[in-house]
Amino acid sequence: MSRRTRLAFFGVAVAALAVTLGVGLAGLPSFGSQITAYAGMLNELAQRQRHVTDVVSAITFDYRGIDTLFEEFILLSAVAGISVLLRPLSDETRKLPEDKAPDRSIPPPSPAVWLLAVFLGSLLVLTGIETVTHGQLTPGGGFQGGVILASALYVVYLGTNYVTVERFEPAPLLEASDGTGASGYVFIGLLGLLAGASFLSNVVGLGTAGTLISGGTIPLLNLVVGLEVAGGFAILASEFLDQTAVIRTRQR
Amino acid sequence: MSALAYGVVAWLFLIGIYGVVTSRNLIHLVVCLSVAQSATDILLLAIGYRSGGHAPVFVSLPAHPGPAVDAVMQALALTDVVVGAAVTGLLLALAVQVHKRAGTLDPDALRATRD
Amino acid sequence: MSEAVIAVALVWAAVSGTAVVLTRDPLRQAFVAGFFGLGLAFLYLSLQAGDVALSQIVVGAIAVPLIVLLSLAKVRKDRE
Repeated sequence: MSRRTRLAFFGVAVAALAVTLGVGLAGLPSFGSQITAYAGMLNELAQRQRHVTDVVSAITFDYRGIDTLFEEFILLSAVAGISVLLRPLSDETRKLPEDKAPDRSIPPPSPAVWLLAVFLGSLLVLTGIETVTHGQLTPGGGFQGGVILASALYVVYLGTNYVTVERFEPAPLLEASDGTGASGYVFIGLLGLLAGASFLSNVVGLGTAGTLISGGTIPLLNLVVGLEVAGGFAILASEFLDQTAVIRTRQR
Repeated sequence: MSALAYGVVAWLFLIGIYGVVTSRNLIHLVVCLSVAQSATDILLLAIGYRSGGHAPVFVSLPAHPGPAVDAVMQALALTDVVVGAAVTGLLLALAVQVHKRAGTLDPDALRATRD
Repeated sequence: MSEAVIAVALVWAAVSGTAVVLTRDPLRQAFVAGFFGLGLAFLYLSLQAGDVALSQIVVGAIAVPLIVLLSLAKVRKDRE
């Protein structure tokens, strides 16, 4: 159908959607009045039952651990899809990297920018490791820390050039990290089955709340999710960087 | 306050979908889709907020902390943010490959593959 | 006081979200999207969601604008 008919149809549909949304959202309890009963219960119980101080981590990796397993696999399949889509096709070849479009001439990055990028990259790696390991104590955890770790790679690329960052993204290491993270989660869940409880139940010793080793399987799951998310986002960056800088259509 | 919070959610969702429908560039379309996605995160967190509440982290609290906000909604929203970014990357990879094959990024100019 | 901060953050998110959609050129849109991501992180922080704000800062201000810019660079290069 033509663009005009499509837009007219969309206008009608969006008006109906807006009315439905308005009616639905108006039926919610007023903003800031109450929280769900489940959450209220968990806020009281999580610290005693699991010896963690960050209730969000306890919910993500313990009380609702199975949901996180599925989310992790969504991430894994998205990254696998990107790797498949951006593979070198039959009519493409890999050539020496050039970091710019052919019609622009930009100067190479200055040493000050280079130093700043390397310094920031190292700082981001430290921050990422700290966020991953302290997930059960303060806001943080595997997802946040993993993305911070991967962004170190992005910052290094932005301040230097492709050849430098290529050394830090060896494909076997990134894929191993991604796969280990995803399968590690399943193995830790199986520990629960082996110990006689249900899948993903917290069977390792719980430790004291407020210290680094607390929460049983929660720090372990933080570690594997951090590995997986860091590997996944680094693969994402390296695929796009390869496409932009290296892969060319073969000249006929 | 309720009207503002839920109104912003509905507005962001609708404007994101409007951007997707009227887009003339596949990359612009993908970014508009991510705007619509963020509307759902805001809705989750707005439902989970309690007035005068503090974050559900029970370390170094003051002497009389108030109630804590909803931690379940935060757990849902936090995985949503990260996975949403990965799916945005997947859609951008699709857009790049479409451009290689069809030579254009205009959704209206794309036609079904012939061969 | 905190309600006022939340109201400001909500309005900021709505305005920058509209700006992202109305910026038709993808190159400029990438920068506006980074600004929108930062506004969202501020909103999540004012709603007392520290975990979500952490993810949103890194994802919305670094990861998404970077891959958008790389896709644009690839598309532009192909057009040569």
